Amino acid sequence: MIAMLRHARYVVGENPVTGLAVGLFVLIVVAAVFGPALVPIDPLASDTVAALKPPSAAHWFGTDQLGRDIFSRVVVATRLDFTIAVASVVLVFAVGGFAGIAAGFFGGWLDRVVGRIADTIMAFPLFVLAMGIVAALGNTVTNIVIATAIVNFPLYVRVARAEANVRRDAGFVEAARLSGNGDLRIVGCQVLPNVFPIMVVQMSLTMGYAILNAAGLSFIGLGVRPPTPEWGIMVAEGSGFMVSGEWWIAFFPGAALMIAVFCFNLLGDGLRDIVDPRRRT
Amino acid sequence: MTALLDIAELTKRFPVGKAAGPLGRLRLRRAGTPEHLPHVYAVDDVSFAIGKGETVGLVGESGCGKSTLVRVLTRLLDPTSGIIRLGPRELSLTEARRFAHDPDRARIQMVFQDAGDSINPRFTAFDAIADPLRQLKRLGGKALAAKVEWAAEQCGLPLPLLTRYPHQLSGGQRARVGIARAVGVEPDLLVLDEPTAALDVSVQVVILQLLRRLKAELGMSYLFVSHDLSVVRLLCDRVLVMYLGRIVESGPARAVFDSPLHPYTQALVAAVPRLEDDGRARLRLTGEPRSPIDPDPNVCRFYGRCPRGADACKASMPVLRKLGAEREVACHFA
Amino acid sequence: MTVPALAVENLSVEFRTRSGIVRALENVSFAVDKGETVALVGESGSGKSVTAYAVMGILDAAGRVTAGRAMLGGLDLLAATPQQLADVRGREISMIFQNPRTALNPIRAVGRQIADVLIRHGNVTRAEAPARAVDLLRTVGITDPARRAKAYPFEMSGGMCQRVMIAIALAARPSLLIADEPTTGLDVTTQAVIMDLINELAAEIGMATIFITHDLALAGQRARRIVVMHAGHVVENAPTRELFRHPRHPYTAELIAATPDSAASLDDLASIPGTLPDLRRTDLPPCRYSERCPRKIATCDQPLPAAALGSPHVVACWNPLT
Repeated sequence: MIAMLRHARYVVGENPVTGLAVGLFVLIVVAAVFGPALVPIDPLASDTVAALKPPSAAHWFGTDQLGRDIFSRVVVATRLDFTIAVASVVLVFAVGGFAGIAAGFFGGWLDRVVGRIADTIMAFPLFVLAMGIVAALGNTVTNIVIATAIVNFPLYVRVARAEANVRRDAGFVEAARLSGNGDLRIVGCQVLPNVFPIMVVQMSLTMGYAILNAAGLSFIGLGVRPPTPEWGIMVAEGSGFMVSGEWWIAFFPGAALMIAVFCFNLLGDGLRDIVDPRRRT
Repeated sequence: MTALLDIAELTKRFPVGKAAGPLGRLRLRRAGTPEHLPHVYAVDDVSFAIGKGETVGLVGESGCGKSTLVRVLTRLLDPTSGIIRLGPRELSLTEARRFAHDPDRARIQMVFQDAGDSINPRFTAFDAIADPLRQLKRLGGKALAAKVEWAAEQCGLPLPLLTRYPHQLSGGQRARVGIARAVGVEPDLLVLDEPTAALDVSVQVVILQLLRRLKAELGMSYLFVSHDLSVVRLLCDRVLVMYLGRIVESGPARAVFDSPLHPYTQALVAAVPRLEDDGRARLRLTGEPRSPIDPDPNVCRFYGRCPRGADACKASMPVLRKLGAEREVACHFA
Repeated sequence: MTVPALAVENLSVEFRTRSGIVRALENVSFAVDKGETVALVGESGSGKSVTAYAVMGILDAAGRVTAGRAMLGGLDLLAATPQQLADVRGREISMIFQNPRTALNPIRAVGRQIADVLIRHGNVTRAEAPARAVDLLRTVGITDPARRAKAYPFEMSGGMCQRVMIAIALAARPSLLIADEPTTGLDVTTQAVIMDLINELAAEIGMATIFITHDLALAGQRARRIVVMHAGHVVENAPTRELFRHPRHPYTAELIAATPDSAASLDDLASIPGTLPDLRRTDLPPCRYSERCPRKIATCDQPLPAAALGSPHVVACWNPLT
């Protein structure tokens, strides 16, 4: 454990970009956890007198068409978007990751069935599929998470399956059999710890996608419902005002989105360096 | 010498090609007998015994089937036919898949060729050695730690190294971890699959001497699989020579190397580089081995590559016959 | 004295790594005469492969030649321009590698890989190259060469891949071949055949060979002269018979004593005391074997005497065996 942390510090130190990503990530987590408690102005409080005001000392990011403070809304939205991201990723790892590992390790009919399911999902344009699922089930946060998970299922299955397939013939799996481990124990205790680090990289990338997905769905009205602050819906609402010059309504949530996705992607790279045991000296 | 392990007529065949897939099996079921399917005869009618306290060497080149034989023996694979008897018990009756939970699992263990590959990269040396002890001997806590340390000490592995990961250990240290893992459960039979192939010659000496000491102290028998004849000559009491799935010669190690009887063994021995080149006849094997797929049961497997070869070799497969008290050869000319 | 095919003089190589600078080679000197087969022998970490890679100019990006020359005829390979190196590699100096299947291009038929070399170096036209490639395959003992020329490496056995690699290396008839553990991983019978092949072809075109191996017995069987390396130093350099009968460096003697072939029984085998020194250390002693040497004397802390390239039996030791 200590060795991993020391290695982590080395990786972060050597590559400043990773350091930046970690810093941003911490910022996002802090905003998600403490944001709603710390914001100066209630994100839902509307003040029509102060509507459509540009960024100023009173309202750092300006106000929107209902006079709500955009800064507070952006910060509070972090919690929702982050929750969506994490929940989607955990769900798809749990289902897709395990299905993939089982398919790759056991092969046979399990592999074929899981493969067909993944192929079927991949046959659809992914966003259209997400739209369809949310439209059918109703646009709640839970359904957005489920839709994102389903849409990412094939990717996780593919990665997990490939990694498990390689490990299946590895010497240590045979050694584990000789040591009295049954198949299930081998998958859980021998193969999974080796596949997990690779999945972690995939997971951090998917987090960025999950947020974008939610934002996209919100943009077309299939996401969260107003007045809930969420970056996507804020961009959607603000886009109409771009033409008339009130750029700040869409800009700040859009920037937050961009920074978050950027951070998760960079984190993925850094994480891979940290968790791959072969890169440790 | 009482036989610890008795192998009789062991055969392992693998289906090959398109016929191996599900559509092929369907076609087969329509056609009738499975005999229509092409098979690789990886292990073909192999019989031998290993006595208590004996070190038996198994030599042969890549493709001769020794890896498959070893996996069938250690019950990682099921044989197609034949008997594997360990003491009074017939192991072949239990499926390989279930053998992991069998009470006799601890009696046969294996040391792998590439210690780096055979240890889970996410396990420390301690975890690797502890795994069979946990699963097979149900040890835990202090008893487990004590046994792991005992195994490490037996194998000359300094205790501070137990917290390291495989990639942090040298080749020799990894080899010791592999051996400690195998001997921790005190097996009766230890199969060693080229354990020193990847090691420097100075490390190899230490490991070989370690293996010999362990065998005496723990009362094990060894099956030592190797393609390095010089090592087999030093460590083994008896040696079996395999070619394309069949045993072609067997006997005391010294005798087989000093005066090989089978033409293949002769070529093998002649090819080994010696420090002092005694001008031994350069017996060179040309060509490629015969196909192991559906071989003709009446033709000697070595025919075509053998420097000798007569019509008898095409007409009937030579069987392993006793020649003197301890030697056996499968050749029409011997 | 004739000009040697290759003369390596005072070669020193360093690698920059995360944990420090590894002084992989220090003052390595040896020469290979025309048509001679010299074996470079050592355990892992001795620097034998690094020497070959440095001479060929294919060191890893983290590696740097810090001193020395490698004279191939009149050209210093270590100071040559990339253009000069590209001209010389394949035509004058060639290399074959340990794992033949991975050293070949997996998505190109073997015949074409040979033809590529011929076209680049062999003064052969594009039209003639395929036929010449088939000829070469026949020369290296591949049966049915016309059909095999269209095969891919994954379709061939290890021994056949190694033959193809030999064909590629020898296509332009170089004056020097470096063979880096060419038979490790091959069966012993295949090894014998491949080594025979290399020797025959070398004799036919008068090619010198540097044969890198950790197998002392194999080196003894195939090489006229053996250069023993330890921890980046050349410790001894002598004709084969002489080396085995009268090893003068303590390490050489220990290496012979550790080779299974030298022993009548397991008890006669002796391992080598101590371990390789960590080459990242800045306080490495001048003799890198001294810390594990049973014959160490006070003078061993002094820098070693310079090796005289011309002398037949060179040993880098203050207290050699007699």
